Parts: sequence; C-alpha cells; structure tokens
Amino acid sequence: MQFMLLFSRQGKLRLQKWYVPLSDKEKKKITRELVQTVLARKPKMCSFLEWRDLKIVYKRYASLYFCCAIEDQDNELITLEIIHRYVELLDKYFGSVCELDIIFNFEKAYFILDEFLLGGEVQETSKKNVLKAIEQADLLQENMKDKGYHFIMQGINDAHLQEKVE
Amino acid sequence: MVMSSLKLQDLIEEIRGAKTQAQEREVIQKECAHIRASFRDGDPLHRHRQLAKLLYVHMLGYPAHFGQMECLKLIASPRFIDKRVGYLGAMLLLDERQDAHLLITNSIKNDLNQGIQAVQGLALCTLSTMGSAEMCRDLATEVEKLLLERSPYVRKKAVLTAVHMIRKVPELSDTFLPVCAKLLHERHHGVLLGTITLITELCERSPAALKHFRKVVPQLVQILRTLVTTGFSTEHSISGVSDPFLQVQILRLLRILGRNHEESSESMNDLLAQVLAVNILGRFLLNSDKNIRYVALTSLLRLVQSDHSAVQRHRPTVVECLREPDASLSRRALELSLALVNSSNVRAMTQELQGFLESCPLDLRADCASGILLAAERFAPTKRWHIDTILRVLTMAGSHVRDDAVANLTQLIGGAQELHAYSVRRLYSALAQDISQQPLVQVAAWCIGEYGDLLLEGSCEETEPLQVEEEEVLALLERVLQSHMSLPATRGYALTALMKLSTRLRGDNNRIRQVVSIYGSCLDVELQQRAVEYNTLFRKYDHMRAAILEKMPLVDRGGPQADEEVKESKEATHLLEPAPVPTEPQASKLLDLLDLLDGPSEDSQQPPPVDPSPEGTLIHLLDLPCAPLAPAPIPNLKVFEREGLQLNLSFVRPPGTPTLLLITATATNASEGDVTHFICQAAVPKSFQLQLQAPSGDTVPAQGGLPVTQVLRILNPNKAPLRLKLRLTYNHYGRSVQEIFEVNNLPVEAWQ
Repeated sequence: MQFMLLFSRQGKLRLQKWYVPLSDKEKKKITRELVQTVLARKPKMCSFLEWRDLKIVYKRYASLYFCCAIEDQDNELITLEIIHRYVELLDKYFGSVCELDIIFNFEKAYFILDEFLLGGEVQETSKKNVLKAIEQADLLQENMKDKGYHFIMQGINDAHLQEKVE
Repeated sequence: MVMSSLKLQDLIEEIRGAKTQAQEREVIQKECAHIRASFRDGDPLHRHRQLAKLLYVHMLGYPAHFGQMECLKLIASPRFIDKRVGYLGAMLLLDERQDAHLLITNSIKNDLNQGIQAVQGLALCTLSTMGSAEMCRDLATEVEKLLLERSPYVRKKAVLTAVHMIRKVPELSDTFLPVCAKLLHERHHGVLLGTITLITELCERSPAALKHFRKVVPQLVQILRTLVTTGFSTEHSISGVSDPFLQVQILRLLRILGRNHEESSESMNDLLAQVLAVNILGRFLLNSDKNIRYVALTSLLRLVQSDHSAVQRHRPTVVECLREPDASLSRRALELSLALVNSSNVRAMTQELQGFLESCPLDLRADCASGILLAAERFAPTKRWHIDTILRVLTMAGSHVRDDAVANLTQLIGGAQELHAYSVRRLYSALAQDISQQPLVQVAAWCIGEYGDLLLEGSCEETEPLQVEEEEVLALLERVLQSHMSLPATRGYALTALMKLSTRLRGDNNRIRQVVSIYGSCLDVELQQRAVEYNTLFRKYDHMRAAILEKMPLVDRGGPQADEEVKESKEATHLLEPAPVPTEPQASKLLDLLDLLDGPSEDSQQPPPVDPSPEGTLIHLLDLPCAPLAPAPIPNLKVFEREGLQLNLSFVRPPGTPTLLLITATATNASEGDVTHFICQAAVPKSFQLQLQAPSGDTVPAQGGLPVTQVLRILNPNKAPLRLKLRLTYNHYGRSVQEIFEVNNLPVEAWQ
C-alpha cells in the first residue's frame, strides 16, 4: 500500500497515512485530486478505480470515505478486507465508532492503524491481538504519566509474551 | 503571555466551532503561536499535548514544520506518552527530505535496544514508515537482531521493517535472506505473514533468491493446506475463511515461485486445486444456506470430470446431501454421488444409493435406478454382488428402470454359470413375493425358464434351502400369465418359460400343454402366435422339442460401450444394436419362432438358441454375433459459443448401419444466467433424411448445470458429403436469441 486517506463527504481530511516519501506539496496535491475523484463517484459504482499509475480502493462507511492506494500487483479485494478490518477495529475500540470519534481522537486512530498495518503491509491478522496491543499501550500511557515506568513496562512485556500463537 | 494549555479536544472543538474559513484560520494561528511559545519555553510535561494539537492543525492543511524538533525531543523522552506522540509526529512531519530526519536515528537505535516491547514497536513502526535509505543502513543490524526476539509482537514488526529496508536498500537482501527459512516455521500468523511478505520481496528483486526459495514451495503449500483445512477459528477468520490475508499472501508468493518453473508448479498444482478449490467447495456443502450448498454441489459436479480424486474427499458430505428434503439439492447430490462411484467405494455407495432409492421422490427414481445399475455394471466387485444389486434395484424400483435393464440382467446371469442356481432361486423368491414389477418378472420368468432344473434341485450353498415343487413353479408362471398387471411382453416371457420348463421338469407336461393350448386362442396376437407355435411343437415336432429348448449359450455383448451409445440416444432404438442379429432364414422356421427377439422391451441382443441338429449348415449360427471392432471415434465438434452457452456435436456411426449417422448435440452453459426455452432445429440437404429426437429438456441451468442433449438421426443413403445447418432459439440474460448458422468443419468420418 502506498497511502491511506480518510475523508468526509465534504472532503475534509480525517487521517492520512503515507508509506511513500513525498513532499508536503505533493501530498496536498494528491489528496486534493483524489478526494475530488472519489467524491465524484456515484453510490452504485464499484470500489475500484484506476488513478495515475495506482489502483485506488475505497469504501464509504457512513460519512467517512476510506481510501487506499495500492500498486499494480496488489490485490484489490484483500485491500477491501483490510479497510473493513480497520473499520472493525475502530468500531471495537471506540464502541460503535462514528466520524466524530475519529476527529476527536485522531491520534488513537493512527495508533490502531499502526498496530494493524506496518510499512504498508498487514502485520497482524488477529483482531484480538491488535486490540490487545492498543489496550496495553493505553495502559502503559496511563500508568506512567507521572510515575517511573520500569516495573510497569516489564508487566506489559510479560503480557505481550503471552500473546497467543496459533 | 498567558499560556493557554488547551486540551487537544477543546482545540478541536473550537476549530470546528468556527463558522468561516477566516475564523478557523484565526483560531488556529492564535493557537499555533501558543504552541510555538510553549516549545520555546520547553515545557516537558505538556509537550506531547502541544504536538498533538499541532498535528491536528497540520491535518487541516496548516504549516507545522516548527514541530519537527519537538518530535525529536519527545522521542528521546523516557515517558511512553511522549514517545507515542513523538513518533507519530515524526511519521507525519519528518520524512527523508528533511535534514532533521537523520537525527532520530540514534533515538530509534536506543529504543530498539532497550527491550520494552511497546517502545520497540513504536520505533520499528516509525522506521518502516519513513525510514530513509541511510537510516535503514544504520539500523539494519538492530532490526536483524530483533528478528530473533522471543516476543512475536516484536518479531512481526521486525520482519516487516526488514521488508521496508530491502525496498530502500536492496543490498540488505543478503542480510535478511538467511533468517527466512527459520521464520517460516512460525506459528504466529502475524510473523508468518510478515515472513511471506519478506520472501516475496526478496524473490521479486533477485533471481538467485527466487531460485533459493523454490525449495520452500512444499512448505508453503503445507501451510496453506493447514489453513484451509483447519476448522473455523474465530481469531483469524473472515466469513469462515481462515486468515484470508495470510492465504492471499502465500498464494501470491506461490505464483511468483511457480512462474515458468514447471517443477514447482507441478507440486503446487495438485495440492492447490485440491486444497483450495475443492476444499472450499466442500465446506460450502456444509453451509446452512441452501443456495450455497446447491452451488457447491453443482461446482463439484463440474470438477469431478477433471479432478475426480479431489472431489472424492467430499463423498461422505455429498452422500449426506442425498437426504436433503429439497428436491433440487437431492437431485444434484444424486448426480454427484453417481459420478463419485468408483471401484473402491462401489459397495458402500450403492448401499447409500439404494437407501436413497427407497425414499426418493418419484422423478428421481428412474435416474437413481439407472445410475445404480450403471455403476454396478462398471464397478461390480463380483458377479454375485452385481446380480444382487440389480435384483434389489428391480425389486425396489422395478417400474422405473430403463428398458434394457432386463436384457442386461439376463445376459449377466447367463454369463455367470456358477451363479445360475443362486440367481434362479433369488429370482424365484422375489417373484413369488411380488409379480407386479415388470422388469423383475421378466427376468425371473426367463431365469426360471432357463434354469428351472436348478431351481428344483433344492440345494445351493448361497441361499437358504428352498424346497420348490414343480407345481409351485408352474403355478407361479401361470399366475404371471394371467395377472392383469403383466405386460404383454411379460406374458410372452412367461409363456416361453413355461415352454422351456417342459424339457427341464421331470413331471409330465400336461399342465403346460394345457396352458399353451389355452393361449392358442388368446386375444393378444403375439401370445396367440407363440402359443400356436408351441402347441405345434408339442404335437408335431415333439422329437425336436428338447433340442430346441436347450439352454441358451452365452451372449457376447458390446459391453459398456454399447451402453454409452444407448445413453446418447436416450431411448433404446432398434438400430443401435452393436450385435446385429443374423437375419438369414433358416431351413426350419421353428428356429425363427424361438427367436426371442420379439417384444418391444427386449432388444435384440439375444441370438436364437443353438440347434445342435445334424444339419451342418447350421454351424454358422454359432458365429455368435460379437461386437465388431469399434470404429475409431469421430472427434467432437464445437459448433457454437455465445456468452458462455456452448453447443457441441458428437458423432456416432453405429457399426452395421453404414448409412446412419447419429449426432448428439449437447448444450452447456458456463455463464451466470440460465438459458431457457432452448430449441435446436436442424436442416440437411435433400438427399439426407433427418430425424430430430426429443431433447432432454429446454433449460440449460447456469454455471455448468445439467446440459441439454438432443439426438439427430441422419440417414445418408448416397454417402454424400454432409452439410448441416442449425437454428438455435433461446432466452438468455432476459433477451431472446436466435442464431442460424451452417456447421463447418464436419469431420469426414461423419459421412464417408
């Protein structure tokens, strides 16, 4: 995956994850054009479109568009599954997620994405494991706002070690 | 200046509250000023909050470059919250174009080494998102080390970071290649997935790596197979498919490894086809949704032609589907079950199918019975089993069997000399119980006639001892003769049987004579003729009676091939005999009379009985008609294809009738939509005679549903070159279609 964008129906960007190095100006231009293209699509159209030399996979969930740019050899359908899985993760974390959750907790949305994808590839296929990792990290964050962190971090380590293997 | 340390959420709220773009800009500019001041003054406790606000603003499109150094500071902080936001900022604000980005390399290195997973995770994540080539080179060793970490959490991230590194610095491939083999043994899906991705990346970049990794193809296939065959695992499944992400990735790698490399492809193919397609279909069979089950059965039916063994795996499930109350499902299951019968499972399968036969809906009974009989014929382990099976089918569904079942069975029994006694006893018992099932009655009558003496002998190891009196036998046959349930053909059998018994039984033949003479005035012309002839035999030609009524010799049949041809024409037509009956007239017309060829239900596979009379000229009758060498099959011809509907022609020139050509037109439908109201018409030049037989149906269901077949009988007395024009009309995808075309490339064997 080259990048993922989340934007509203008014074209307002809610999340941008870039896995390729581009200047700010380039990113802005791409975002603007792509948002325009996707928003112009009619509801019944399929989720795939070709744009520049990339394949764009997008899906609308309520008021948010989830849009991924993948390379030629990447699989569109699995990308749709990726998008869906991400939405499920957000949903589980926030409890019936809506756009406002993502607006007000955008950094959390990033953290969750970073436990699911890494470098543009899927890193964890178990929903449970992803959510557990976020939970641990949130705990860690809470616990060491003011205290020293060594012991607590150690506890988190052990928990991670017990991460279920199939 | 007052530090307003707005919480992130408050800021967001405020920004959203702005009614115009200008207002928004104002709010943001004011806040950015505060943030800048805060950065300058270096408030460590709230730095993360300030950066978070900046990041939000950045997303809205406002400049945020002054936050870059703050990212570094945050990353270097020991506090987790700082690191979290700091690394996020790095990923959003720093990229390889900024000079500042290299400065985080050291922090990342430290974090990778300090052994706290959450932190290591952050570092790896950032490295794999924005790591430049230089950073990657610097940190390769650290990442390599982490590939061997105990914690799968770290390992999975390390593997994907390695992927990124290779993309940035291809030379690093050498560093990361060796560890792959070990990582493939991973059980953790995340690590495994990352490993597959890594191997894929390596193979795509280097032919040497590609070659190196070909040897893991079996391992990959094994992993894939395990994934597919393992039952539902909630953790990794999407809609019942085990970890599709992993499966897709493995498939992708297999595709690369197998490309242009036959050996790899070979080892993949069998397993892949079986494992993937068939197993998935097999699981559809268990799905609660009927439509899915139907589709699964249909697809398996198609598959069974090309990959029989793979579908065999699902035999038990398919057999279960026989018990479906839904008629279309059970029909499919029946077809598939019949297709799955082979020599090793024939006993079990026929048992199941017989069970099905008892309870199945009437319209399926004929198919089921025929199917069982056919399967029995192809795979019967022993003759006795075969006879038993046919018997059971005849008893259960006698009225639904095909016309040639009788002939088949008599021929079968006739050929199994050791089983004559057994057969006749079984048949006698069956007949005694029920004289309504015509095919059964006919076979029984024939058998009793032929082997009546064995019946009366009273001992046979294979059946229970049966004491049968002559009178009983005669009475039974008379009952058959008189029963209103008996078809004329059946009565013919019975009468002839009685006649034969006159030489087999020891008693006097008064009773038989009586019956025969009674039927001399029977209204049924056929019976009457026979009776008259038999009467004459008694009165005037008694000395020849024994010889004439001797046991029949073994008939040599065309075998299953003959059946194929019969199947093609859908109904037994007289011209399809593979064993033409010698039609020479004989000196004694009595031989003609005893010709058992009459009766519409028998086909002419029983030549007249042998007459060992002193007249040597009769020897040629002993040239039992055997199936002539089957002519080389004429290749099939695809004549039409449109949107998935295909029409194929197959040609048969039955031996013995050189002017006859039988064409079977088969319409198959591979498309998504049903083809309905399908009509095929044909035209031939004037010198030909064409007869179109009734088609098997007029609907070709979608996706490989049961094809429609139709037989065209063409007589070509002048042996002229065949020309054929076809007209097809049907409905497909809601449109009505008409196609008229001439068939080209007709094989010369069709008329020469």
